[in-house]
Amino acid sequence: MSDEQGKYRPLSYFQLMEISLRELLVEKGILTNEQVDAEVENMRSRTPERGAKVVAHAWVDPAYRKRLLENGTKACEELGLDVPALKLVAVENTPQTHNAIVCTLCSCYPRMLLGIPPDWYKSRNYRSRMVREPRKVLDEMGLKLSPGVQIRVHDSTADMRYLVLPMRPAGTEGWSEERLASLVSRDCMIGVAVPKGPAD
Amino acid sequence: MNEAKFRPGERVRVLKAYPPGHIRTPHYIRGCVGEVERICGAFPNPEELAQMRSGLPAQPLYRVRFLQKNVWPDYAGPATDVLEIEIYQHWLEPA
Repeated sequence: MSDEQGKYRPLSYFQLMEISLRELLVEKGILTNEQVDAEVENMRSRTPERGAKVVAHAWVDPAYRKRLLENGTKACEELGLDVPALKLVAVENTPQTHNAIVCTLCSCYPRMLLGIPPDWYKSRNYRSRMVREPRKVLDEMGLKLSPGVQIRVHDSTADMRYLVLPMRPAGTEGWSEERLASLVSRDCMIGVAVPKGPAD
Repeated sequence: MNEAKFRPGERVRVLKAYPPGHIRTPHYIRGCVGEVERICGAFPNPEELAQMRSGLPAQPLYRVRFLQKNVWPDYAGPATDVLEIEIYQHWLEPA
């Protein structure tokens, strides 16, 4: 096995397990290699732009914002975004409250809206410290929150998935949804960053 | 489906229990008191699903809000900071 630099590295336990299980499933006719490839491709095709589209639409349409906060799954379906087999809860940042998402048990993540989670989201460091000292973690990630702002940390432990609805930056009045969406990064929707407008 | 026993705003305590198996109640929250934020619906019990059983009747699932200072006695941030976690009904008792 070679890594990207071409260096030889032995397979890890989990890499070996994945290959063994996949080969067994194919050998027994439960799955085909084509199905596995198609699913990997499908996973790769989901990017945070899907989530940004939801956020930008909520920024320009107050009635949609209300529906999104009431029922995240239905609101995504309205935009043609399929969020299968899960309940999406959108949590809204306000001048008084900042929301951030973590999964301390594993790495539950709204993949259908944000794609594959970043490595740091799955790290033991983020998962264990985000519930314990969120202000310190956010500070290290470059987000300084005033002590007057309440932090709501959401530990995504069961059947819900979470999306942070950030605040629309000042100076973006009259912007198109596409232009607004370009301000909404993956990290803003996890709650470890906030969108920057032209004035920031 | 089991009926939801708690309502939003009600105070609940997470059981301080340590059963073996696939448990989705984090250790750090066991024994803590919080407030029901919302009822999420009912879902097959993941502890049963992990044993290849049906997980039925479905268990009501709640989002419970805890004050950080009630979870971590030495919490360094403002007293208003909160933590919200999904907890299945069979892990909760009235507080």
